[in-house]
Amino acid sequence: MTDLFLVYKNLTRKKMRLFLTCFAIFIAFLIFGAVSALKGALDSGVEMSADNRLVVINKINFTQPLPFSYVNKVKALDGVKNVTHANWFGGYYQEPSKQLMTMAVEGATYFKVYDELTIEPENYTNWMKNQTGLLIGERIAEQYGWKVGDKIPISSNIFSHKDGGHTWQFTIQGIFKPLDQKTDTSYVILHYKYFKETQTFGGTSVGWLILTTQSPSLNEQVAKAIDANFVNSAAETKTSTEKAFNKAFIEQIGNIGLIIYGVVFMAFFTILIVVGNTMVLAVRERTKEIAVFKTLGFSSMRIFKMILTESFLLSFIGGLLGMVGAYLVVGGVSKGLAGILPNLLIGPNTWAQAIGYMLLLGFVTGIIPAINALRLNIVSAFSRA
Amino acid sequence: MSEKNIFKLTNLVKRFTKGKETLSIFEDLNLSIKEGDFVAIMGPSGSGKTTLLNMLGGVDQPTSGEVEFDGKGIEKLSENQLAKWRASNVGFIFQFYNLMPMLNAHRNVELPLLLTQLKSKERSQRVETALELVGLKDRAKHMPGELSGGQQQRVAIARAVVSDPKLLLCDEPTGDLDRQTADEILEMLQLLNREFGKTIIMVTHDPSAAKFANRVLHLDKGKFVEKELSL
Repeated sequence: MTDLFLVYKNLTRKKMRLFLTCFAIFIAFLIFGAVSALKGALDSGVEMSADNRLVVINKINFTQPLPFSYVNKVKALDGVKNVTHANWFGGYYQEPSKQLMTMAVEGATYFKVYDELTIEPENYTNWMKNQTGLLIGERIAEQYGWKVGDKIPISSNIFSHKDGGHTWQFTIQGIFKPLDQKTDTSYVILHYKYFKETQTFGGTSVGWLILTTQSPSLNEQVAKAIDANFVNSAAETKTSTEKAFNKAFIEQIGNIGLIIYGVVFMAFFTILIVVGNTMVLAVRERTKEIAVFKTLGFSSMRIFKMILTESFLLSFIGGLLGMVGAYLVVGGVSKGLAGILPNLLIGPNTWAQAIGYMLLLGFVTGIIPAINALRLNIVSAFSRA
Repeated sequence: MSEKNIFKLTNLVKRFTKGKETLSIFEDLNLSIKEGDFVAIMGPSGSGKTTLLNMLGGVDQPTSGEVEFDGKGIEKLSENQLAKWRASNVGFIFQFYNLMPMLNAHRNVELPLLLTQLKSKERSQRVETALELVGLKDRAKHMPGELSGGQQQRVAIARAVVSDPKLLLCDEPTGDLDRQTADEILEMLQLLNREFGKTIIMVTHDPSAAKFANRVLHLDKGKFVEKELSL
């Protein structure tokens, strides 16, 4: 028998109370793990943005197009390294619920701007030669089990095909992969030219421009120059860094960080009260036993440590179960949501934060009963009991 | 019984302060107890019997005066020093047994040994010996709730003697037991006193219990009235 065994016996003496308290902690950490993963997934686009990449959109909003002529005008500005453009296709596979992030891009410049993506040179050459070719991201290939040579129908919920339908037939010509696994590859790209030629609206507009600057230090100067260039035109522009663009895009649905931290704070505040109250009651019920331990010769500090250990143990049992639960839930839904939230996972930072919260919870809920036990006077404890 | 004093109380004063009122329990109490003696302390309720026992056991400290154990003063020891002193020198037996409800008899008896350097195997052997001494070796795995009052008190005695202390302090050890069981417990204490040389100090209300002691002290209004009993 050791002190840890005594802690374990005290912890498990009222199994229903242990279960309910652990369950409360479990729920709090389940929420924490799941919402942290959600926040991480939303933030990953911001984190992985290149420092020298800028996004140019229509000043009205990003759903309004820009004239194709802007591409060359931007390319001619000082400090600009590479420019490409993209159009939102509004794609889905087989049924509208299976959203597939699809963009029509300029193949010749796309991978110069997104140099964190790699593709087999042979596949890239084939794609450039084949107008109905499609390049798919590695995650999409994993999600759908698609491979090079597969023929895939992709429908659009925005555009109509000239043949009267909403579906385009593509042949997969290659799979692009990220240099860093956190980079999003849960989308597919098709040729801009083919897209423009086959859709009913026609025209030569582009959705937005993406460019790289010679150096991140030139970002502000280049952004100002671009917007100044198109001021008072039919399509004024708004240029920002890719980081700021992605952040603004996410914040359209509200201050996610604040919402998430609000939920987490409420969950933790609740368990702090529940667990704190449980610990105080549990130790108060044991006043006489603590007095007996002291009478037998157990030092006050040793009892203090035992109670604090009990509190930490309680916090870690519930907390780790909650985090494992969150891991399973997030793992379970991440494949289904890969198209929308490609980086939905519980990363090492979230685990480290969770461990920190477990330690904090154990300390905060255990310290008062532990101090009470430390200060407990044997004589008054026996006369109270 | 040795001629050596195990306890010597000199001019012991104990006062409690309650609000503005100061209540005196003892004023200049003096007492000597020989090593190996079996002393019963009797007296009316509120006479200070338990307070005295607490001071002898180092769980309470006098307002002034000296409490000498084996020639060394314990009244000025710190809380930690007293805890160590109790662990090595004193076995406690309570009226309501005070066993840990979540531990079986074996583990309850083992508790004081956690304060020693003994290894697990040695501790187990000692616990078995102590339980055998009180006739409960076959109840080692039983939880306190599965034992009768007498059996629980015997487990408490095993816990008190397992670390082989010189001194056993008993606070109404038979107060919760029927006559027959009480006598069995008292005989066991007598055995521990006679055969193992334990010094026993027992607080009791029960004159029949006091008859098992070698010496009976009557505490009244903070003073002793001593009577010798022949067994």
